[in-house]
Amino acid sequence: MTDPALRVDSLVVDRGGRRVLDGVSVRARGGDVVGLVGPNGAGKTTLLRACTGAVGTESGEVRLAGADAATLSARETARRVASVPQEPSLDFEFPVREAVAMGRTAHVSRFGRRGPEDHTAVDRAMERASVFDLADRSVTAISGGERARVLLARALAQDTPLLFLDEPTANLDVNHQVRTLSLVRELAADGRAVVASIHDLDLAARFCDSLVLLADGRVRAAGTPEAVLTPKALADAFCVDARVSRDPATDSLRVTVLGDCDSTGADGERAVERPSSGDDTVPVPRTDGRGTD
Amino acid sequence: MYVVRTGGWLVGLAALLAAVATVSAGVGPVAIPPREVLSVVLSALPGLSTDAPGAHQTIILRVRLPRVALAAVVGFALAAAGTVMQGFFRNPMADPSIVGVSSGAAVGAVAVIVTGVSLPFGLGLPAAAFAGALCAAFGVYVIASEGGRTPVATLLLAGVAVQTLLGAVVSFALVHAGRGIREAVFWLMGHLHGSTWGKVHLVAAVAVPLILLLLPFTRDLNALLLGEADAQSVGVDVERTRKLLLAVASVITAAAVAVAGVIGFVGLIVPHVMRLLVGPDHRILLPTSALAGAAFLVAADAVARAGAAELPVGIVTAAVGAPFFLYLLRNREVPTA
Repeated sequence: MTDPALRVDSLVVDRGGRRVLDGVSVRARGGDVVGLVGPNGAGKTTLLRACTGAVGTESGEVRLAGADAATLSARETARRVASVPQEPSLDFEFPVREAVAMGRTAHVSRFGRRGPEDHTAVDRAMERASVFDLADRSVTAISGGERARVLLARALAQDTPLLFLDEPTANLDVNHQVRTLSLVRELAADGRAVVASIHDLDLAARFCDSLVLLADGRVRAAGTPEAVLTPKALADAFCVDARVSRDPATDSLRVTVLGDCDSTGADGERAVERPSSGDDTVPVPRTDGRGTD
Repeated sequence: MYVVRTGGWLVGLAALLAAVATVSAGVGPVAIPPREVLSVVLSALPGLSTDAPGAHQTIILRVRLPRVALAAVVGFALAAAGTVMQGFFRNPMADPSIVGVSSGAAVGAVAVIVTGVSLPFGLGLPAAAFAGALCAAFGVYVIASEGGRTPVATLLLAGVAVQTLLGAVVSFALVHAGRGIREAVFWLMGHLHGSTWGKVHLVAAVAVPLILLLLPFTRDLNALLLGEADAQSVGVDVERTRKLLLAVASVITAAAVAVAGVIGFVGLIVPHVMRLLVGPDHRILLPTSALAGAAFLVAADAVARAGAAELPVGIVTAAVGAPFFLYLLRNREVPTA
């Protein structure tokens, strides 16, 4: 069996004297789209950053395609994993093509020039992310949605087996959310492993093969969307009173939040309606409101 | 594509520099027409001779050319260092002295002038200024570093604080300077007075190889414009690259400041102007800024020498540079992010 593109074991990260990740383990294989879900401050972004070496770790291990990430140089890491950041920092007037070509940094020798394979990779990445038409425009002169796609193209140009997306749908309209995530599915179908933090639980359930529910730096649940998005787990992680149903149009899970976990109304009715013999779902229990401490 | 563009700009700027240098070498108490300057310079080539009067030849070769050459190397060095610092800090107000290089040099230079210490060949002053510059920059770096990381904002603030502190030291020394005060003030204003080929060689020997060393890092500088996290994620070893860029830019600046004093604005304004003209790509921005800096300082020095009494060139660069910069600020979009 080959090494998974990403294997994180018992990762612990402290920042500013606070434990941000506390024994987190995650796997992602080629072809998988793994969604990181959880409340604000759960440690999703930190997890992605710790995996690329941008954030130091206390203990635990990150393996990228079998190699211990702690021993890899920035360059070697960048050939194994590409990241699409949540907030694009494209303040300088680079043409789109040049911004995408920055993704080739780890492939071009310091003293060398970009070769034909680099140009091909850049062209392919722009094509894939639908920014080819923008190639000669300045990154400061395009819309927010277009910038998000430029950053995706840059990550694709990096040509890595593993792709990290930090809130890829956060600033997009509904149309672009679905288009972006459909593209992410295609990228996984090509054999890449994708790990994406996604706020929108419905989108996460619809487009991810598996989900990791993080809260307060710990994994609260992991597995298929059906196994993770249970009213109990949601109450536990988000402190919400939620119902989970199936969307008739997409046949994926739909999470409806009724109120805060302290509010009444969740008194044990079957919260998940599944067409097949649902068994791994449990009635919604009330939690004590501490939820994630 | 970018090779053609870069080449075009470099050839154009080199021609501009040559033209400015030729005119500048003719400016001074004895006015010499550009044609005569050219014939004297070209007579150094085998097979060519000049019909210029001997006195003019001496003035050009011994007095004017070293000065023009020094202006060129110093401008080259300051503009290159300024470009690197602005990219490094992603801050439009960054200049070559942002980590305290000039203030450190000033302390060293003023100390030598006030105490009257001297070394053979007049090396005492530049050596002290150079040493002061490097101490200040290194000090700022150490103060701002913690646990192997050096946050840019901390570096910036530490630089400002150290500059203020060293400014106080210089002021204190000036108060007690006695007879040296005139020389000290002159040095602090930035000057190219008393240029010799020796000084030219000194600066060139440090600055030129280091600027060439920077060229392979221009792609990394581009990536650093994306921000630390992004630069890291595309494969730039951010901490190591920054350490190197900061060290190299500081040494380049220190070499220039050591011989020419604190010449302001060249390293701040020239990179901005070139960024408006050629864009933010450091592969083209760094070499073009360096050449443009050389041409700018040579021209400013010609203006400084054109009047009845010679002005410190720092006054000219600031007097011309500041209004021009304000004009740009109001009329063009200077990137302020």
